[in-house]
Amino acid sequence: MYRYDEFDHQLVNERVAQFRGQVARRLSGELTEDEFKPLRLMNGVYLQLHAYMLRVAIPYGTLSSKQLRMLAHIGRKYDRGYGHFTTRQNLQYNWPALKDMPDVLHDLATVEMHAIQTSGNCIRNVTSDQYAGAAKDEIEDPRIVSEIIRQWSTFHPEFSFLPRKFKIAVSGTPDDRAAIRVHDIGIQIVRNGKGKIGYEVYVGGGLGRTPMIGKKIADFVPKEDLLAYLEAVMRVYNMYGRRDNIYKARIKILVHEIGAEEMKRQVDAEFAEIRKTGALHLPAEEVARIQAYFASPAYETLPDESTELNKAVLADPDFANWVKSNIAAHRVPGYAIVNISLKPIGGTPGDCSSDQMDAVADIAEKYSFDELRVTHEQNLTLADVRKKDLPAVHAALKAAGLATANINLITDQIACPGLDYCALANARSIPLAQQISERFSDLNRQHDIGELKINTSGCINACGHHHVGHIGILGVDKKGVEYYQVTLGGAADEKTAIGDIVGPAFTEEQIVDAIETIVTTYLGLRQPGERFIDTYRRTGIEPFKESLYATH
Amino acid sequence: MAQHSRKGAQFQALTANRLADGIVVYLTADNRWSESLQDADVTEGKEAGEALLGRAQATVDGNIVVEPYLFEVTHNENGIRAASVRETIRQAGPTVRLDLGKQAELPGVHR
Ligand code: HEM
Ligand code: SF4
Repeated sequence: MYRYDEFDHQLVNERVAQFRGQVARRLSGELTEDEFKPLRLMNGVYLQLHAYMLRVAIPYGTLSSKQLRMLAHIGRKYDRGYGHFTTRQNLQYNWPALKDMPDVLHDLATVEMHAIQTSGNCIRNVTSDQYAGAAKDEIEDPRIVSEIIRQWSTFHPEFSFLPRKFKIAVSGTPDDRAAIRVHDIGIQIVRNGKGKIGYEVYVGGGLGRTPMIGKKIADFVPKEDLLAYLEAVMRVYNMYGRRDNIYKARIKILVHEIGAEEMKRQVDAEFAEIRKTGALHLPAEEVARIQAYFASPAYETLPDESTELNKAVLADPDFANWVKSNIAAHRVPGYAIVNISLKPIGGTPGDCSSDQMDAVADIAEKYSFDELRVTHEQNLTLADVRKKDLPAVHAALKAAGLATANINLITDQIACPGLDYCALANARSIPLAQQISERFSDLNRQHDIGELKINTSGCINACGHHHVGHIGILGVDKKGVEYYQVTLGGAADEKTAIGDIVGPAFTEEQIVDAIETIVTTYLGLRQPGERFIDTYRRTGIEPFKESLYATH
Repeated sequence: MAQHSRKGAQFQALTANRLADGIVVYLTADNRWSESLQDADVTEGKEAGEALLGRAQATVDGNIVVEPYLFEVTHNENGIRAASVRETIRQAGPTVRLDLGKQAELPGVHR
């Protein structure tokens, strides 16, 4: 796993010391709120409805057990005994006091963590596939590229004052679990006809007020040229990105306005310039050095079948259900990928108590090479578990209240903090997700419905990715009353789509019934083998409109 | 600053977040900041509201609170209530995790 180098270590410690001074000067009144606000935001500290909020970076979602234990400790000591995992593979604390913030950052730094690049108009924390290194059809571990980008972009002087925040995601498999097409830059690792590894590059994706799907502007950027190419994209953006209007300042608007063709032409021209100087050529030794951080763990040679596993599946239906939904195929025989759902029935999507974090840290230490991942769908992943250990892992998770068997099912929902926590919200998200979860709690029914993603955001900023939910729910405010607008047919995978608005918004009382109507309509229409999204793509929106509004 | 009060609001109170810990507070009749909405000074009409806002400035300058603003309330024999969902949530905590914090201490405010 990635380790800080000297450089990072010093930088982070300096930042903590500097912020300690800034907080002290703010509390004593030497700094005004206007002077202080940008400084706190640079350190991941927001002011929310009830308290301050701290956003902790988890680069490409990978954590060691030790780091998770520290997150648990901070939750206990400075917060209310829990944290919230987000769609950006970060962790947010909802209740820390400003006066404690320097101590929190200090504690984080002792395990090589920080809150840098979690806020502001910089290149944000790079996100990636939670199955990195373990996925069956992986071309290359996407964390290598993610780490190269992280090192290049951290504190890059040219990139700390971009027109707007900038998000990059990387996928190393043809199945996209990192939603790369809704990021400012999406990188798809590919292998060309000659067996060489390189990168497909998408630009201009994003959600928020103006959702856009990223356009492919390069089919194959050679490995050694990746940074030069990205620098070219950033320069074009920096030159033309609109700083005059916050809503138009993102690269998606630039790409939309000049078109993908023109964007490609400009980037190619800039790329040719940068290449001439050779400044950003990535030496093979440097790549190898970073690659070594992500070397495969010491896998055992095992038969792919595990009799222990097969026996347990037959003996315990709960375990069998969990295996069915929460386990994914691993590239190494005898190993499996375990998904830990943070979506208990009626719970808050992404919330995890300090005790649960400690439990997961222990399980990861014992069964998954001391390491785990955070997913952008607000779950956790143990990437390298021996199949024969699955019954023990399940039992340990169950004891911690973490054995919910619902990955990719209707109760595995994404929801932003919404009006329960967020100062920008129009409506609540979490209680809605909880009610939907209760309504569909029956596991047989969930399996019958099959893969279905419901994403909810409390306002147009789209932190809950509602545009790309198979069913998306957006909270809107009508004269102080919460309403919910529904979109259908969104997707965030390799077939990314922005959902279509189905019609007038629903009240809080109507919305859960409306979701049930949509599900029932799908069940009535589906052909054998179809998931919700397949049926929707075949039938379009009309039958859903009809069943939702015809009777009203 | 965001507008949290209706234009025609009859009764208003003043809220802010405490600088040191971010906790929601309300301005009282004797110019203290209380964590309880029931202690808030409630004013009637536009001018009295503006006067209330004016009284907060000293504590902003004194680095006690940040982001003060007026919001609409109702008051009757049951006490003072915020008019909007947003301010009710600020007053009584999130409507989730009812085992924690203000949500647990102020039962009955959230349905
Ligand atoms: C509670 C405090 C939060 C605040 C104040 C906040 C604020 C914002 C704002 C203003 C934007 C829009 C920016 C833009 O379009 O340029 C945004 C976007 C976003 N936020 Fe949050 N957010 C919060 C929490 C979260 C959480 C908890 C998550 C994860 C669950 C999250 C994930 C995202 C994502 C993925 C986007 C990107 C949407 C896009 O592509 O434009 N945010 N946030
Ligand atoms: S989508 Fe809106 S309500 Fe939800 S967290 Fe983001 S800013 Fe807040």
